[in-house]
Amino acid sequence: MSDLPARTSDHGTVPMRSPRLGLRQYLICLKGILVREGLRFVNQRERFISSLVRPLVWLLIFAAGFRQVLGVSIIPPYKTYVLYEVYITPGLCGMILLFSGMQSSLSMVYDREMGNMRTLLVSPFPRWYLLVSKLFAGVAVAIAQVYVFLFVAWFWDIKAPPLGYLFVLPALFLAGLMLCALGMFLSSLIKQLENFSGVMNFVIFPMYFASPALYPLWRVQQSSPILYKICLFNPFTYAVELIRFALYCQIDWFSLAVVVGCTLLFLAGAIIAYDPSRGLMNRKQDTGGNA
Amino acid sequence: MQHVKTEGHGNVAALEVAAVSYSYGSKQALSDVSFTIAPATFTVLLGLNGAGKTTLFSLISRLYNTREGSIRIFGHDVARASGEALKRLGIVFQARTLDLDLSVYQNLAYHASLHGIGGREARARIEALLQQVDMSDRLHDKARSLSGGQMRRIEIARAMLHRPPLLLLDEATVGLDIQSRAGILATIRKLVATEGVGVLWATHLIDEVEDSDHVVVLREGRLVAAGGVVEVVRAAGMKTIREAFARLSGLDDQQMTDMQP
Repeated sequence: MSDLPARTSDHGTVPMRSPRLGLRQYLICLKGILVREGLRFVNQRERFISSLVRPLVWLLIFAAGFRQVLGVSIIPPYKTYVLYEVYITPGLCGMILLFSGMQSSLSMVYDREMGNMRTLLVSPFPRWYLLVSKLFAGVAVAIAQVYVFLFVAWFWDIKAPPLGYLFVLPALFLAGLMLCALGMFLSSLIKQLENFSGVMNFVIFPMYFASPALYPLWRVQQSSPILYKICLFNPFTYAVELIRFALYCQIDWFSLAVVVGCTLLFLAGAIIAYDPSRGLMNRKQDTGGNA
Repeated sequence: MQHVKTEGHGNVAALEVAAVSYSYGSKQALSDVSFTIAPATFTVLLGLNGAGKTTLFSLISRLYNTREGSIRIFGHDVARASGEALKRLGIVFQARTLDLDLSVYQNLAYHASLHGIGGREARARIEALLQQVDMSDRLHDKARSLSGGQMRRIEIARAMLHRPPLLLLDEATVGLDIQSRAGILATIRKLVATEGVGVLWATHLIDEVEDSDHVVVLREGRLVAAGGVVEVVRAAGMKTIREAFARLSGLDDQQMTDMQP
């Protein structure tokens, strides 16, 4: 951008040619979006604390209460019997990604013709790149929350192999991206999902409970074959399993394939469905507002 | 269709809006709007609330996709070559778009990155522009601590960071006191005179128009006049731009008085 010719007040000298947006410019743009999202998160301590309270309540209260009720047999990736707290930890990591991802993608849809999204969308970079960068930033913030949660869990004696904390990073990234993209895709398409309570009731809770986050799928199959089949069609199931295996330095290839496939599908759908004028259109019809 | 062109100065228009229509469902927001803006001119987009100014801005800035007609910025079609078009465009939105939790520097650095400008170059541009809008001393202050007028000046600096030859400002002085309004108008007019920036200034406040300006008047989504102030006043059969705007917008004197800030 630096080689834009100098302008003068002569009307004929406005620049007609400007430099291409090369790889370096794309990376600067991505970095800028990531830094901004990080700064916002650091500045909003309440958001940070509340994002940690939810999984910690599940871990420290719910899991402690259910430890004696829900036994977990030896299933991969575990090599021994594990405490219930240990079993649900990957599911709680998924829960953080699910809530945080949905929240950030929802704000991208709801705020599409206002504030920050507006300044983002008038950037000269392709819209798909801006949206994907924004999703990356949302995922990065969610991953930071997951690591803080795992750090607190470590003090609760829930410890994965040291390398697992590194191994789980790409799994968290993929799972987070899939969930963010799904949130953006759904809320772009469905008007009722433009508010968080709608997403909570119709997306987050069904996805969370119909998955192996809280109980192994073999137990679900024993009690309800229909629910088991629903769990198998739930992409969150594979996100949780991917995280669970990665935390123990293993790869669940089938879960990886499903998560990668769903991520690409939801990303494409979200980019195509994202229309900034749509939210305004809905609100204008609701309120008869000004153009 | 009323199709009036403002006076052209260069070979390529800074902005060319051709036969643009847009609707929100069944509500028609813009109907067959056409006009051009020459580089390095100050053009006022006049219209009452609901005239279609914000919709037009959203189309020019590619926020909305143009469905009918075409929009070109320095010859680059916003729909087909949006990157090239948007590189040449700076925008100040009607609603405040600074991130209140971030500092002035962080807000501007973020915007610079959205145009691929980073590191030392971004810093140098930020410092130079803040000096230009007389806000150098607020570099590290949180945006939250700024007054409405100061925020606007920061937003103007932000819009100029990538050195665009065309600047759009949507109701940039709404909600500001007289002194701040005058200061912001003076800053923008100075940019036109010294930097050769073309400006499209949307407002419903008629006292912001000067005789040397160009005007484009919208009424209920239709273009009802465009050209130099003198030309538009004469065509409307009036003596002042205020009277001409009242007639073109279908307002009586009392309504015009009520509209002033």
